[in-house]
Amino acid sequence: MLIHVVGRRAIVAFLLVVLAASRASAQFDFVGSWAPLGTEDVQNDSLPVDYLGLALTDEARIRALSYDESQKSMIERQCAGWGAAYMVLGPFGLRVTTQTDPVTNRVVSYTIGAWEDWNEMIIWMDGRPRPTEHALHTQAGFTVGRWEGGGLAARTTHVKAGFIRKTGVPLTDQATIDWRFFRHGDVLTVLMVATDPVYLVEPEIISKSFRLSRTPLDYRSECVTGYEGHEPGDSVPHFAPDQNPFVDEFVNLYRLPREAVLGYRETLYPEYRKKIKDTYVPPPPCTESCGAAGNFVLRRQ
Amino acid sequence: MRTALVMALVIALAGPTTSRAQQRGGAAAGEAQGRQPAASSRSARDAAPIDLTGYWVSYVTENWRYRMVTPAKGEYRRIPASPAAVPLINAWDPAADERAGNQCKSYGAGNIMSVPGRLHITWQDADTLRIDADAGTQTRLIQFSPRASAPAPRSWQGESTATWEPATGGGSLRVVTSNLLAGYLRKNGVPYSERTTVTEHFDITSLPDGSKLLLVTTIVEDPLYLTGPYIVSPHFKKEADGSKWEPTPCSSTW
Repeated sequence: MLIHVVGRRAIVAFLLVVLAASRASAQFDFVGSWAPLGTEDVQNDSLPVDYLGLALTDEARIRALSYDESQKSMIERQCAGWGAAYMVLGPFGLRVTTQTDPVTNRVVSYTIGAWEDWNEMIIWMDGRPRPTEHALHTQAGFTVGRWEGGGLAARTTHVKAGFIRKTGVPLTDQATIDWRFFRHGDVLTVLMVATDPVYLVEPEIISKSFRLSRTPLDYRSECVTGYEGHEPGDSVPHFAPDQNPFVDEFVNLYRLPREAVLGYRETLYPEYRKKIKDTYVPPPPCTESCGAAGNFVLRRQ
Repeated sequence: MRTALVMALVIALAGPTTSRAQQRGGAAAGEAQGRQPAASSRSARDAAPIDLTGYWVSYVTENWRYRMVTPAKGEYRRIPASPAAVPLINAWDPAADERAGNQCKSYGAGNIMSVPGRLHITWQDADTLRIDADAGTQTRLIQFSPRASAPAPRSWQGESTATWEPATGGGSLRVVTSNLLAGYLRKNGVPYSERTTVTEHFDITSLPDGSKLLLVTTIVEDPLYLTGPYIVSPHFKKEADGSKWEPTPCSSTW
């Protein structure tokens, strides 16, 4: 009799463990180091006014045109870092670790490691509720994930008001960022969909691929502040939006339509290409930094 | 009670077995990890874990300067071009391409998904997916069953074979294309050779407004003109109908 009771309990316990493990199963191995490939042009931050590929509201455009890169020289802003979106917009790879419950061995969270100017992102996988609307908003935000359709889906909320591009394109604390992580062999493709009811007419959608690295990546680096020409108490560097001296720099360098560089919605669709077909004049042949190693556009002298 | 426990045990074991199968990594390079083998008895159309059919429009939020306009001659930033490719890049002559009837070189399978335009995806038959692109008026036929006939002549779109990679609640389409005519990775003449293989992974996801997004992770490998894989991931929004479908001919300059 005792053997029967013990046996049943063992079977029930076994079933619970197996079923729990089934529900928690990852659909691919996300953990590891994922190296950047550099084959996609998503940073758009080499010249001060480059809003290509964005659908901005007028308010966002005005805010962006008032931004002066020198703000980052202010000692109190040097280590402010960039928001969650910089995971795909920045140049670094991803170092993914996981944290498991020591009792159930279920995945509690994944962590994408920090860079020098980007906070780590924790993707909570344990179904915990989001904080209240008025909870602390941070650069990294609060991210909850789940496995869905063969990929990892996650949503980031509670982001601190900041920027979605290093050229000063703003993002409010009402923004949400949806992520999809797809793994195909050694290639991890990360899809970002950023939505902002104030500054984006349509979501910013960026997809960027990474390759599994046999060498562990570690981009952690201490941010050290120093004097860069601005004293505490100095005014915040900025431009009047209609007097930004760099507004046409990118336009002229590549002979691009101004409305495309300034992030108008229509420029994201094929119809726009047909619209400018008869007026676009290609720039002169490339003579400097033309190849794969020259991944960044020429800086002004 | 004992019978019920045994049955429950069987069911439970069946679940984790599937999960374990999903967690096994593909042995071959490019084989997606965590995918279940497709059922072989059903047609590809019946076995489809995702629905790719319909009209899709390019949403050009990245690589804008290389896709929406023709970049400067000689520029190949972000493409791992080999030394053998550089003279060809610098010798790009669109007028000569036009005269030679090669105005479709930038519309081949190595680049067509990055050309801004619309896709119309349909089933040509139960085992052939058809992708029409209005930019350049190109057609790709994606075969799920091996073809018994002799290889066709090389073409801009080459020969594509596909496999479904189902996963819990969805899946992905993997397409491998070869037998290509030499073409361009960009409008300004960055070349890929006839020896190129293009591997694509089609994934679908939902946007916050409930609409669908198609993501095509594209891996171009060319032992002649590339020093490593060239990987891009153009994406497309689903459209309700074909009212904006507008086929246009190939152009070597635009």
